[in-house]
Amino acid sequence: MTSAREIAAAVTARERSAREVIDEHLARIDEHDGELHAFNVVIADEARAAAEALDARIAAGEPVGPLAGVPVALKDNLCTRGIPTTCSSRILEGWRPPYDATVVNRLRAAGAIAVGKTNLDEFAMGSSTENSAFGPTRNPRDTTRVPGGSSGGSAAAVAAGFAPLALGSDTGGSIRQPAALCGVVGMKPTYGAVSRYGLIAFASSLDQIGPFAADVTDAALLLEAMWGHDRMDSTSISDDLVPISADLERGVRGLRIGIVEELTDVEGIAADVRAAVERAAGALEAAGAKVERVSVPATVHGLDAYYLIAPAEASSNLARYDGVRYGLRCDDEDVQHMNARTRGEGFGAEVKRRIMLGTYALSAGYYDAYYGQAQRVRTLIIRDFARAYERFDVLLSPTSPTVAFELGAKTADPLAMYLSDVCTIPTNLAGHCAISVPFGVDSELGLPIGVQVLGRELADALIFRVARAIELSVSGA
Amino acid sequence: MAADPARLTRADVEHVARLARLSLRDDEIATFTEQLAVILDHAAQVSALDIADVPATAHPLPLSNVLRADEVRPCLDRAEVLASAPASEDGRFRVPRILGEAP
Repeated sequence: MTSAREIAAAVTARERSAREVIDEHLARIDEHDGELHAFNVVIADEARAAAEALDARIAAGEPVGPLAGVPVALKDNLCTRGIPTTCSSRILEGWRPPYDATVVNRLRAAGAIAVGKTNLDEFAMGSSTENSAFGPTRNPRDTTRVPGGSSGGSAAAVAAGFAPLALGSDTGGSIRQPAALCGVVGMKPTYGAVSRYGLIAFASSLDQIGPFAADVTDAALLLEAMWGHDRMDSTSISDDLVPISADLERGVRGLRIGIVEELTDVEGIAADVRAAVERAAGALEAAGAKVERVSVPATVHGLDAYYLIAPAEASSNLARYDGVRYGLRCDDEDVQHMNARTRGEGFGAEVKRRIMLGTYALSAGYYDAYYGQAQRVRTLIIRDFARAYERFDVLLSPTSPTVAFELGAKTADPLAMYLSDVCTIPTNLAGHCAISVPFGVDSELGLPIGVQVLGRELADALIFRVARAIELSVSGA
Repeated sequence: MAADPARLTRADVEHVARLARLSLRDDEIATFTEQLAVILDHAAQVSALDIADVPATAHPLPLSNVLRADEVRPCLDRAEVLASAPASEDGRFRVPRILGEAP
């Protein structure tokens, strides 16, 4: 597979045409996506037209961006003007947004070419992509297994070589966990670093768009092409962002790295996953870092706090699907019955479960015991991380407690599914950044394992550097 | 008021479904009564923590009152927006009658 940076260099130098690159990727999608179902829709005509327009600009000597001619897959909860955007839900089936998300505009300006919209757990609620109304995505490494979720389609698209780059969204691990399970790089930037204008909201105090790529260097290139302040997103931060690519090869000599005990000794962790974290730590030590174990005590309550806060916010955000302004309407005698019937028929089981959970957690008599208490736990997690970051530059943990599981293995037990996110959730609650980098495979099945590097807010460039050092210890190049 | 998730009943689930404007089938009510009780039982560990003196965090960024200049700027085209609505009339969204009992 050719990297994004090699494609951009070849297209810019006119060694290859963007059209040729797109055709090659579309052919691969055509051949294999019937089995994998990474995409909800492939936009072949639009992609070819955009590639030809780019080739014409290059031929005319016009400057093009750092992602010139690079195919990119977009998670289907990112608005794309005139192109169906479903969130893998019946309630939005057939809806064509009247505007593009900011990230879509920025990637287009950088020369990237969107090839399609990728499958997800409905409204990004899930950890396996089995909650899609349009059927599950399969893991390219083993098609009897899930790709993780909720951004499973984007992770699978990169792992299958359908596109060297993809965008996902991460509310509790929805980029990092599928990246780990598919053997690619996935990163959740600092909250507010990437504009969310045009990302269909799930849990607004947690949601963040981030990059998928086959390697750390390409992921950095993708993040740099889309981050920075946006006046269309009131939670967008205006801080100067530290360049990533320029410092990527600086190494880890002298860095202090802490292995988070609570996230590594977590219930149900596979022995091979734990061993991979230890080996990654050893590789970082060999590269000159100082590695120790560290306790971040409040993270043990992260999962419970998350499964109160995220559903509470979702129950509010999803109130907009009422059969009035867009999407499905199931008509009934009056507006209340129409609202309830539309939502009852339009939402799948997991979305309904979370709306119910969130509504309950916010309802009179229970608000303080559940939602209020979860918000206080959030404060404790932020405090405990702050204490750890006084002694350490970055932290280390598994991304997911296990490798990819079989389709159907956890669909009947919501709590077991929720436990897939136990290592990734604390980062979202704190608004921090984290990246999953592939590090070996499990001994029994040869399935990929992901190691997670965590950083405080705005430490994005630093965690990329550490992830690059981990990658280098595996590949040697 | 102390929450007791073990007591979550079918009536609670029906009440919450009404609050959420969600019509549920009988089998869904039965499944959710069981599943939500299990999830809330797990969450009881958070409810039980003695942390009343800890301030709540609603949001990870210390942002408030993000304002912009009050100036006319391009916005979405009304006709294009209404074209995605299930029903519209005279430049507005059309809905069924609004009077009647709540579901």
